[in-house]
Amino acid sequence: MNEAVLKNARNRSTQNQSQKKTSGIVQKKRMNREDFVVKSILFLCAMVSILTTIGIVAVLLVETLSFFKDVSLLAFLTDTKWTPLFKPEHFGILALLSGSVLITLGASLVALPLGLMTAIYLSEYADDRVRRVIKPILEVLAGIPTIVYGYFALTFVTPLLRVISPDMGVFNALSASIVVGIMILPMVASLSEDAMVSVPKSLRNGAYSLGATRLEVARKVVVPAAFSGIISSFVLAISRAIGETMIVTIAAGATPKLTLNPLESVQTMTAYIVQVSLGDIQHGSIEYKTIFAVGMTLFILTFLINLIAQWLKRRFKEEY
Amino acid sequence: MGQGNWRIRKITDRFAKIAFLCATLFGIAFLGVLLYRIVADGAGWLNWDFFTNFSSRFPAKAGVAAALVGSIWIVLLTGPIAFFLGVGTALYLEEYTKKSWFTRLIQVNIHNLAGVPSIVYGILGLAVFVQGLMLGQAVLAGVFTMSLLVLPIIVVSSQEAIRSVPQHMRNASYALGASKWQTISRVVIPTALPNILTGVILALSRAIGETAPLVVVGALTFVAFVPASPMDPFTVLPIQIFNWTSRPQDDFRAIAAAGIIVLLVVLLTMNLLAVYLRNKYQKRY
Repeated sequence: MNEAVLKNARNRSTQNQSQKKTSGIVQKKRMNREDFVVKSILFLCAMVSILTTIGIVAVLLVETLSFFKDVSLLAFLTDTKWTPLFKPEHFGILALLSGSVLITLGASLVALPLGLMTAIYLSEYADDRVRRVIKPILEVLAGIPTIVYGYFALTFVTPLLRVISPDMGVFNALSASIVVGIMILPMVASLSEDAMVSVPKSLRNGAYSLGATRLEVARKVVVPAAFSGIISSFVLAISRAIGETMIVTIAAGATPKLTLNPLESVQTMTAYIVQVSLGDIQHGSIEYKTIFAVGMTLFILTFLINLIAQWLKRRFKEEY
Repeated sequence: MGQGNWRIRKITDRFAKIAFLCATLFGIAFLGVLLYRIVADGAGWLNWDFFTNFSSRFPAKAGVAAALVGSIWIVLLTGPIAFFLGVGTALYLEEYTKKSWFTRLIQVNIHNLAGVPSIVYGILGLAVFVQGLMLGQAVLAGVFTMSLLVLPIIVVSSQEAIRSVPQHMRNASYALGASKWQTISRVVIPTALPNILTGVILALSRAIGETAPLVVVGALTFVAFVPASPMDPFTVLPIQIFNWTSRPQDDFRAIAAAGIIVLLVVLLTMNLLAVYLRNKYQKRY
């Protein structure tokens, strides 16, 4: 490739020698125009991402506002039943929200401790050889499509749980929570580990020279120093769990209800959107609009959580 | 500190190490069991007919032909679109503008988009591409939706790739009288290409595994034909697997597992290709 540039430059210099000064100016103008065209095209590419955000907000807003012409905001926020697909219709988002919250809580109980412990093991205990084996395996775990996790939740984890607790239904929040937890575990582990690895060696050595054990170094030096990164990995993982769709659609069931009992079948916001999309929905009908109202709630929720993650990262950032 | 205290701390440390190791092994064990179960459930159903048959009411006659072709359509069309938009955005941010409030806005915006749940992209696609542009429930609507979904991943990885091209290579090109675009198209892009492609392939492997946005966009669950053009209705592998998984019969669960094996093999191939590209062409400057 460098040869091409060279050749081009050579051509140009011979051209310049043979032609008069004016042609140099013409060429410069041509280059300016080229520069302008390229820059404009690239600018348009960059605008696509801005337009995507505007598009998401606009689409959700328009249909949600139209939804609230038929359903009062108060009923949406306070009603405890969600039954838009059959009479009597209820539009209480709390029934779906509690499903999402329940799954996310359960997933966090699995993923946050395990993820943090994995990160501590990888960054403080494991030697390079072990790390080179384990990290790619975690990447594979992170790359598995959620539909595969969903299949596994329904066909393996649920039957296993039903051996322990036989009166539990086929569709239950517990199985989905555990598997969503496993799905977000690699994210917690790898982001927390990144934060821990960037803690300077000198801090650790200072503690070791005072006679601290590895555990004490991890607990009292590394984790506090990497706190901002660890917390933001937690929050990002929670946001992923709320937006998770296929595992909960397959394993948690389709019964929206206001409960925090993990043995029951629930429906999350995401699973509801899938359920409606699978059916034949009339464009412009109230069922169609519920997708957008639920989507809006989901979008606002994850957006706020992501903002919190960014804020926490800046707020607790330690500079070395 | 007394001798006894030291021993207790030492023992605690030993136990903690075992606990941390167990936590790490839990994830790995889970992966092992998952892969084992899927191969055990589905391997028996894999044969040539499985690749050439369409979905059917009878498990023995069901196959992934329509879904596999649908997934290939999605990847082949999403790839170039997302590549063009993503690399264009990255070039604009890295080469064509100085840091300003506007580039910061784009950057923050891209990071936020990366955190938007994939199903929300599906809603966007439904309203804008299926209804707004009247594409209907066609391959193209799915392609556009997927392109937007993977765009943030490609932009971020392309930016890193472009940033890793050393400044002296650009300077050498300018010194020879090359214009900005000549420098970018003949020096920067070729040098950064292996890393860019690695990012694009990883982003596409994300797109192949996505189910939810395409369900919302309206990919069908029962397709008995191969989509012949981008305007045809379609289904993809994950949706076909979802459909089989949600049926109560054990045999359908088993062919779902067979479908998963096909999906995982496709993903594995793409990931190996990405690793190969990275190792073969990666140079350090």
